[in-house]
Amino acid sequence: MGLKGRASRTGRGSGAGRRSVQLRYLAHARSGDKGDTANVGLIALRPPFYPVLVREVTADRVAAHFKGMLTGGVERFELPNLHALNFLLHGALGGGGTLSLKTDAQGKVFSTALLRMKIPVPGNLDV
Amino acid sequence: MTSAGRTVRIASGQGFWGDWLEAPVRQVEGGPIDYLMMDYLAEVTMSIMQKQRSRDPSRGYATDFVPLMERILPTVVERGIRITANAGGVNPRACADAVIAVARKHGLGGRVRVGIVTGDDILDRLDALIAGGHALANMDTGAPLSTVRRSVLSANAYLGAASIVEALRQGANVVITGRVTDTGLTLGPMMHEFGWAADDWDRLAAGTVAGHIIECGAQCSGGNCLVDWERIPHLEDPGYPIVDARSDGTFAITKHAGTGGRISVPSITEQLVYEMGDPRHYITPDVVADFTTIQLAQAGPNRVRVTGVRGRPATEFLKVSIAYFYGYKAVGTLVYAWPDAHQKARAADRILRERLARLGLAFEEILTEYVGADATHGPLAGPPDPDAPEVQLRIGVRARERAPVERFTREIAPLILNGPPSVTGFAGGRPKVEEIVAYWPALIRKSEITPHVEVLEA
Repeated sequence: MGLKGRASRTGRGSGAGRRSVQLRYLAHARSGDKGDTANVGLIALRPPFYPVLVREVTADRVAAHFKGMLTGGVERFELPNLHALNFLLHGALGGGGTLSLKTDAQGKVFSTALLRMKIPVPGNLDV
Repeated sequence: MTSAGRTVRIASGQGFWGDWLEAPVRQVEGGPIDYLMMDYLAEVTMSIMQKQRSRDPSRGYATDFVPLMERILPTVVERGIRITANAGGVNPRACADAVIAVARKHGLGGRVRVGIVTGDDILDRLDALIAGGHALANMDTGAPLSTVRRSVLSANAYLGAASIVEALRQGANVVITGRVTDTGLTLGPMMHEFGWAADDWDRLAAGTVAGHIIECGAQCSGGNCLVDWERIPHLEDPGYPIVDARSDGTFAITKHAGTGGRISVPSITEQLVYEMGDPRHYITPDVVADFTTIQLAQAGPNRVRVTGVRGRPATEFLKVSIAYFYGYKAVGTLVYAWPDAHQKARAADRILRERLARLGLAFEEILTEYVGADATHGPLAGPPDPDAPEVQLRIGVRARERAPVERFTREIAPLILNGPPSVTGFAGGRPKVEEIVAYWPALIRKSEITPHVEVLEA
């Protein structure tokens, strides 16, 4: 994926301050289900982004991002070997499996919902 | 090639029942493989199969497996490929008989040995187990199985790789199981080929990771891959993945030359995190694998090498998949067109809910979504586009009783003539009432389960 030329989409980059960047420019993701829990694996697009994700994409912030969409809490696990974080979103799937009435009963596009989240990144991060 | 450098190639032919019919054929014909693994069982598939078997004792297995054998068995035998599949459902013996019939029909008598793995089915033992103090409590809610006992339709323990290893050791070239873990279908061949001990935790963990990577078929080889997806080549002919395994527990993931798709560190990583809980404790019957030890490296085009995997001893338990009858649901849809598509759809939803309420129909849940506006991302999608060309109203209901759901299905079509304007997309007819078979995950001590292996010769 060509990442050059995206600076204009990521807010004002002065080089010194921080700016707000949407996760879709920093990571890719895949989601799945386990009962009524959706898991979202968030994977840094480049290794230097991983420490930024670890610092900024906290379980609390993810819970706030999904406010109103979960009946349970959020857990976070780290996989530094894969530059990835795994989030468990409890009560995300309307009962899950065959019980759920949702279009996304199996949470297959919860991944992209997380990529909408914005986080602060250092001004000099080469996004 | 020295024996130390020997690799064993295990191909994924099917990621789920309903996966691409061409995939296993192309795996067998597209290049050298040693094993072909296939997954036929979703969480509640067994309950459908139990119903089939109760009506006809010769049924209760994945019938699609037989036409596939018609297509590939001669080539499989010719090339010395061995198959592992959980196509047996609740009647692995009947599935094996059908495969043997295919083998004889194609003149392969004496060259096909079908291994049958059973012992997973505990439906007939449930009352004795409960009476003996095994609560079979729901792993998510803690409720004892006795609360839904009357509605249970199927109950199967997830067996591990050991029985598959035994069937291969006894010379089976087609291994048909009931419920086993998907990873076992890949790990079993690796344990058999390399003689891995049952307590060789690191190697078992590596085989488990290999199994997890390929268990969803092309979902690791370019399918459903978000990175640079527009440039993934030739997805009309996706190469399904192949584990190129070594005895030391390291392996590569690759695919046949000349196929489409892409195997890269990002595509493999996406599959690794799929349906994962705590990465340090990926629990299977055979081992507890630590996914935080996995090291990935691109090793050439469409080839990723996997090393460093560590594991811990297996637990004393097996997971049990129990399916029980829950109730009924139905989903109705209508499409509303510009102008004010979303507003019209919302008005239709209000009218429909009011009608349902006035009829005194009680539902456990009524859920409305607007496809094209908020069905996938809910409130994160932001305010609906007032100029959307169309919006699909999608409304679903769930109840324990059939009658209210049945009546709901008759309340969709009338809206076409007696509701808001600019409505279309109803040619599919009245929505169907679906029976809900729900999933009850539980645990049972391994000491309660006795797997059984039998090999039949065609």
